[in-house]
Amino acid sequence: MNTPTLLTVDRLVLGATALAPQVVNGVSLTLRRGERIGIVGESGSGKSMLMRAVIGLLPAGISKLGGTVRFEDRDMGDLQPEELRKLRGKGIGLIFQEPMTSLNPALTIGRQLEEGLALHTAMDAAQRRVAILAMLRRVGIADPDAAVRAFPHEFSGGMRQRIMIASVMLLEPALLIADEPTTALDAVVQREVLELLHALVEEKGTAMVLISHDMAMVAQYTDRVLVMQKGVCVEEGATSELLRAPRHEYTRKLLSALPRRAPARSVVPRAPLASVRNMKLAYGSGSSAKAVLHGIDLDIHPGEIVALVGGSGSGKTTLGRIIAGLLQPNEGTLTFRGQSVNRKSGGYADYRANCQMVFQDPYSSLDPRMRVREIVAAPLRHEKSMRSTARRERVNEVLSEVGLGPQFADRFPHQLSGGQRQRVAIARALARRPDLVIADEAVSALDMTVKAQILRLLLQLQEQQGFACLFISHDLGVVEQIADRVVVMHRGVIEEQGSRDEIFDRPTSSYTKKLLSAVPMLTPADGGGIDLVWRAA
Amino acid sequence: MKTLSANAMVGGLFVGAFVIAACIGSVWTPYDPMAIDMKARLAGPSTQHLLGADEFGRDVLSRLMLGASASGIVSLATVAIATVLGTALGSISGYLGGWTDRVLVAVTNALLAFPGILLALGLLAIFGANKYGIVLALGIAYTPSVARIVRGTVLSLREREFIDASRVSGDTEMYTLLRHILPNCIAPLTVLSTSMFGWTLLSESALSFLGLGVPPPAPTWGNMLAAARPYLAQAAWLAIFPGLCISIVLLGINLLGDALRDRLDPKMRGMQ
Repeated sequence: MNTPTLLTVDRLVLGATALAPQVVNGVSLTLRRGERIGIVGESGSGKSMLMRAVIGLLPAGISKLGGTVRFEDRDMGDLQPEELRKLRGKGIGLIFQEPMTSLNPALTIGRQLEEGLALHTAMDAAQRRVAILAMLRRVGIADPDAAVRAFPHEFSGGMRQRIMIASVMLLEPALLIADEPTTALDAVVQREVLELLHALVEEKGTAMVLISHDMAMVAQYTDRVLVMQKGVCVEEGATSELLRAPRHEYTRKLLSALPRRAPARSVVPRAPLASVRNMKLAYGSGSSAKAVLHGIDLDIHPGEIVALVGGSGSGKTTLGRIIAGLLQPNEGTLTFRGQSVNRKSGGYADYRANCQMVFQDPYSSLDPRMRVREIVAAPLRHEKSMRSTARRERVNEVLSEVGLGPQFADRFPHQLSGGQRQRVAIARALARRPDLVIADEAVSALDMTVKAQILRLLLQLQEQQGFACLFISHDLGVVEQIADRVVVMHRGVIEEQGSRDEIFDRPTSSYTKKLLSAVPMLTPADGGGIDLVWRAA
Repeated sequence: MKTLSANAMVGGLFVGAFVIAACIGSVWTPYDPMAIDMKARLAGPSTQHLLGADEFGRDVLSRLMLGASASGIVSLATVAIATVLGTALGSISGYLGGWTDRVLVAVTNALLAFPGILLALGLLAIFGANKYGIVLALGIAYTPSVARIVRGTVLSLREREFIDASRVSGDTEMYTLLRHILPNCIAPLTVLSTSMFGWTLLSESALSFLGLGVPPPAPTWGNMLAAARPYLAQAAWLAIFPGLCISIVLLGINLLGDALRDRLDPKMRGMQ
């Protein structure tokens, strides 16, 4: 370990004022040239702020209250804005979370890649072009000549993140900060992008700070990990050791929140509750129509948890919305308890009462103007025979069932945390005791430990109440924990389906294998931690 | 209970004074607002005529008080018409989408292409230059602005998951629109309505100034301002006082609108 130190952060304190609770409270770290470290923590842990302070891009209202940041033997606090600008991009590169918004939609890819080179290097236009084309080819863009003339919207999220990586790595910075670089992408693309990032960093000898809430991901790509909680670094250590033998309680909690397989359950075979036959749907019409579902057949049996998995664009959400009655297919039938579902049929009221949905984003799925009590009571409006006292009792009962209790009934959604909101959303879906619950990425937007709690809650409620659940997710780790049966979708068709153990242990389709290669298998280690094993693609 | 913001206090004070003046003015004024008194012609502010007298010796304070109710009612009615019509059109357009939306947007854009005052002038020619004509003309002229704001809000709300949640629970489209979408439009609508109240006050003044408003001798702030123009050099107060009244009420209403918007935000409402 005699490589020179690149970055030193010494007892850094960040906050609004000296009196208010600090966003980052006395965090120190050192990073050597070419070293890769991970910073893990949940939202609000201060992990992003720490790195924003390093690059001198703190948001308004937050300032440095103490400590120093030294980069390449210079105190960042002494630098003039002009020097700081020269350092950004050339010395320190930054990759953001949201590939959809971090590229300028009004400029071509070529223009955006050239900007940094023109600013920071002495290359002439021809040399810049050669460098850009080579880098685009390196990050896996099939046709670089066409790509430089294209605009960001012509690329998928994964491709945009590759372009973002290209634009940062073109300048060969000494330090690369990647802030949740793949959180917005689905599991397979996530893996591919990270592999690319890792390979590039290795090639160029760049030091990397990978900020993430995903312990497994950080473990795969870093040598050393810092665990942050509420602005403080609670544990630091070599990745493999920290994973196997965590010392701090919070690290253990994070590790235990990683999803792992529960014992298989036996579901008594019965007539399907909901069935989909030959379902076809295309968005748009005429020659511009884009087919999303190409004839799907699917059965959901009473009391089972069926996971619908696939990458973005696989059509899984569309299928879920059709089963929920939010979308009308072009062709195909949906039956519920053997009866065809349409507004005029006799069984429609039964279907509507018994098929409920939990949505992905708890910040958007609750009406901001309504109190929790009203939100949960809303579906009960359709129980015509129910008296208002019975309704109130049912609201309190279902709130207790989801672990909130009646004291939350008079709050507004903005007074709740993300996890509490998702509990309210679950309470609303369960208020009428449905037989089928469709959960569309219901835990994807949540923090790691909250995610684990909500999953446990869903599973527990499902066991108590016995509803069937269509669990739509791109996160195979979560699916492995919760599903009885797994249905893999790819480009609008069902690739493979079977019991959870069949799919996870003996996948037959190559797409399923690819999906599985993106999630690690967890086995408990002697030190109270875990070992991660990655499946071959 | 939380304290009122400074905005709410100042705005409330100004608007309150306006409402009181309008109420009193419609039953009692210091002088008969129509009584001509040639001896007091163009008299400056004094103990007899607190705010002076106009070219016919009519008491300016009395005329302002009577004018307040006329201007207030015209503005209120105009805002009501524009808000109701605009909300209906905008929400239908935004929620239904498709052809209905395209037609309504085309009509809205066509109307917005005219300056509001020009449109109102044209409509006044149809409805006739009186109080009702002004209300209708201005109401219709401002409808497109409301429709556009409501449509935009509805479009963004329609994509939110709580709208899907309402539909999944079995609510009809109409119920979803009334229960979940329109209540969430109230905040932008309040802001718009208060500023619209200000615009109409100004427009009514402008129309009266052009001689197309409430016909004389009935006073409104606008036609008083218009009548003061020839005497600006000798009797500036004839223009200053109505102008001041318009400015103060406008300021008050805008402040009140801001305060109302903050108050209507559920994030503020739930604070302990």
